Amino acid sequence: MLTAEDKKLIQQTWGKLGGAEEEIGAEALLRMFCSYPPTKTYFPHFDLSQGSDQIRGHGKKVVAALGNAIKNLDNLSQALSELSNLHAYNLRVDPPCFSLQFLSQCLQVVLATRLGKEYTPEVHSAVDKFMAAVAAVLAEKYR
Amino acid sequence: MVNWTAEEKQLISSIWAKVNVEECGAEALARLLIVYPWTQRFFDNFGNLSSPTAIVGNPKVRAHGKKVLTSFGDAIKNLDNLKGTYSKLSELHCDKLHVDPENFRLLGDILVIVLAAHFGKDFTPACQATWQKLVGLVAHALARKYH
Repeated sequence: MLTAEDKKLIQQTWGKLGGAEEEIGAEALLRMFCSYPPTKTYFPHFDLSQGSDQIRGHGKKVVAALGNAIKNLDNLSQALSELSNLHAYNLRVDPPCFSLQFLSQCLQVVLATRLGKEYTPEVHSAVDKFMAAVAAVLAEKYR
Repeated sequence: MVNWTAEEKQLISSIWAKVNVEECGAEALARLLIVYPWTQRFFDNFGNLSSPTAIVGNPKVRAHGKKVLTSFGDAIKNLDNLKGTYSKLSELHCDKLHVDPENFRLLGDILVIVLAAHFGKDFTPACQATWQKLVGLVAHALARKYH
């Protein structure tokens, strides 16, 4: 459950990214494809090499969605409702892929490499909880 | 039989050479207890775990973190025999400590994040992939003797 303090930390952390959101999204995806090769099975139609336009484009989308969720932390269900439908009915990404948090892990690694010491245990905890909450909403309509 | 390429071995040893085992171990364990508070169930006799500050400053947490990561160092010296290296520890975690192996995966992921925060850009995607593979295999070796 996201506390008020968690929400504050998440928003502050997102605020520190200084316009690098697109790069961060692309890098998180690239790391996910490197560390967890099975995740590539959802992108047979993509060029998955480093620097690929498709990864950049998709990373930008993912980060925009997360940014929107961060603006609506009090109502994640509603903010992510369409994405929830998309993932459940069209994309049908294996739900454990969400709960195993491959993307969460890789996004956190990217944040940690950029924020260093500022990625404190408290920030780490808040971001981890946030990503788990997002995953839960996206998996809500699977069945 | 696990296969390690020369590149993977290099990525592991070059990072490990720069790791302060005591600091890194303490930090990883503290974060486990902070980010996944239910893991505190295994450390009832550790004293004050009431807040992130208390956990980070707790001397028993630091000491145990150092122990855990030192053992990790043994794995790195024996990359071709992780199962053998962790056989006794696996039995211990099952029979005496009663730790759900899921916790090994959580700690492994946290260790990767701690390394990322420490090494910044040097913790490249290839580096992360190698270390995710390593922590996954360590977790697997530790779970192997469960029954």
